[in-house]
Amino acid sequence: MSENQLNAGPLEYRTHEGQMNITGFWIFLAAEIALFATLFATYAVLFGRTADAPSPGELFQPGIVLVMTFLLLTSSFTCGVAIHNMREGTVKGLITWLIITIVLGLAFLGFEIYEFVHYSHEGATMQSSSYWSAFYVLAGTHGVHVTLGIGWVILLLIQLKQRGLTAVTSNKVFIVSLYWHFLDVIWIFIFTSVYLIGMVV
Amino acid sequence: MAKESGKYPIKHLIGFLLSIVLTLLSVWAALGSDLPVIWIIAAIMLLAVIQAGIQLFMFMHMVETKGVGHAPWNMMFHSFVVATIIVSGSLFTMSFGFTHDHDGEGNHQHEEQQEMQKDHSGH
Repeated sequence: MSENQLNAGPLEYRTHEGQMNITGFWIFLAAEIALFATLFATYAVLFGRTADAPSPGELFQPGIVLVMTFLLLTSSFTCGVAIHNMREGTVKGLITWLIITIVLGLAFLGFEIYEFVHYSHEGATMQSSSYWSAFYVLAGTHGVHVTLGIGWVILLLIQLKQRGLTAVTSNKVFIVSLYWHFLDVIWIFIFTSVYLIGMVV
Repeated sequence: MAKESGKYPIKHLIGFLLSIVLTLLSVWAALGSDLPVIWIIAAIMLLAVIQAGIQLFMFMHMVETKGVGHAPWNMMFHSFVVATIIVSGSLFTMSFGFTHDHDGEGNHQHEEQQEMQKDHSGH
């Protein structure tokens, strides 16, 4: 790591510690992918074992799932725009786009909670069958990650207000953006392999 | 990849539009097309992988190597391999060659019942 490398490029890469943080976060994301892989594997193995509970094909509604997908997709896009603003050096733009991102994330969570309540009223609870417990653990773990992400972004917004854009805060914001995009990557696979396949088979 | 050109985040916009198109395409493939189920599953899984790639390359700056070396690329590639092995390996060991509906064992249950009856009459 030569000295002159640290003086150019985006602000979040300027310090050695910052670079290490970003590297470390990619390692964390790899571990998260392994975590979700085990949940996907459990879900795939238990697919169809609904016992006396309704089948996923009866309960999944394309409309609400598509709305959730577009909410999260758009929030991933606005998060990317926020980082673009950060690299332009505009704190105001960064804060605005981050707020839009968490509002979209909250809307996603609202729909997911509504969905879970609706399913459990229809008799598909976590205890009803092995299929539905695998479903709730997989989708619920993703939902918990979204909740954590929203809390994390809110804390960083407070820091941005107090300290402005420094090498440290921009590094933190960049890392939370990686986390947020990663949540969308996981959702793409939940959307495809849980909802779409559940409605087809 | 050191600088994103211009004030307008054109790359993000392209990635966003592509993601929407791919999502709608996979919804159509799943719910609107008459393809056989196995082809639908293969097609929408492929679309999901492409869409994940868009997120990684266009949104997550995975190609930036300044200071982080090839760690992003290494981590994502290898965790993707691990995920594929975990999911397909679990399906291979747990699901293939078994029937889920227990239809094949209807006879078996019948026999058990008969045996129980025999036991009862024996007493």
